[in-house]
Amino acid sequence: MKARVTVTLKSGVLDPQGQAIQGSLKSLGFAGIGAVRQGKVFDLDLGESDLPQAEADVRAMCEKLLANTVIENYTIEIAP
Amino acid sequence: MKAAVIVFPGLNRDRDMIAALTKIGGEAPAVIWHQDADIPKVDLIVVPGGFSYGDYLRAGAIAARSPLMNIIRERAEQGVRVLGVCNGFQILTEAQLLPGVLMRNASLRFVCREVKLKVENADTDFTRGYQQDQIIRCPVAHHDGNYFADAETLARVEGNGQVAFRYADGTNPNGSINDIAGVFNEQKNVLGLMPHPENLIEAAHGGDDGRGLFSALYQLVA
Repeated sequence: MKARVTVTLKSGVLDPQGQAIQGSLKSLGFAGIGAVRQGKVFDLDLGESDLPQAEADVRAMCEKLLANTVIENYTIEIAP
Repeated sequence: MKAAVIVFPGLNRDRDMIAALTKIGGEAPAVIWHQDADIPKVDLIVVPGGFSYGDYLRAGAIAARSPLMNIIRERAEQGVRVLGVCNGFQILTEAQLLPGVLMRNASLRFVCREVKLKVENADTDFTRGYQQDQIIRCPVAHHDGNYFADAETLARVEGNGQVAFRYADGTNPNGSINDIAGVFNEQKNVLGLMPHPENLIEAAHGGDDGRGLFSALYQLVA
């Protein structure tokens, strides 16, 4: 089973890297660029074959390590 | 007073910290490698600065999940004083021994310079060597020192006197919210700060404003 975890900054948390990317996109001539927010993606290979258990495991991984929930949100997608 | 310095792979300010503790305390601290099974009985545990695990994932994140951190957490709960400087501060916030988080500097640049700090709470074991509201000089060197906490946490930290040091005189080098440079836990026996007091303890450093933090600790337990 494979899982993809996407970690993004919570709204209201300043993202200077996103702002720098936004500035660069503008300077490349891309018009109409609004806010840019940078995040992280983790692709995990899981040994677990039970879907609810896999989801629970990945959620625990997010809470314990992959995301800092003080400033970050996460979403989990699981594929067989 | 007995002190221990914790070393994780990738830290590089451990020797500065050991030198400062040795000079001010008159005795070398115990040096504990992250894979050591235990920490001897000490009065002060110091997590120094550097780039533990290459700052992978988030600064301090990997070190904060090491087994040794469970021992540090237990000792902190027993009242042992724990000091985290720079990466050590990041590690202690990631381990949730301290509130908030250190984000990338607002300028996106690594800053290495001297700042001014205002002593916000001089009524703690760490800060008794200073006067309330005293302005001291201190060097900083970091890429991720931008302190942030949500509004509720920030109000609690400010209300409980948990702000230890604030960048003063417009010297905030990283965009930290409320100019926060260092915070205590609620019990005030854990302190984390981004600046490096261990690098300003004698005339050869160009000043000794950082010395008061360590000398106050050593005066607690002779």
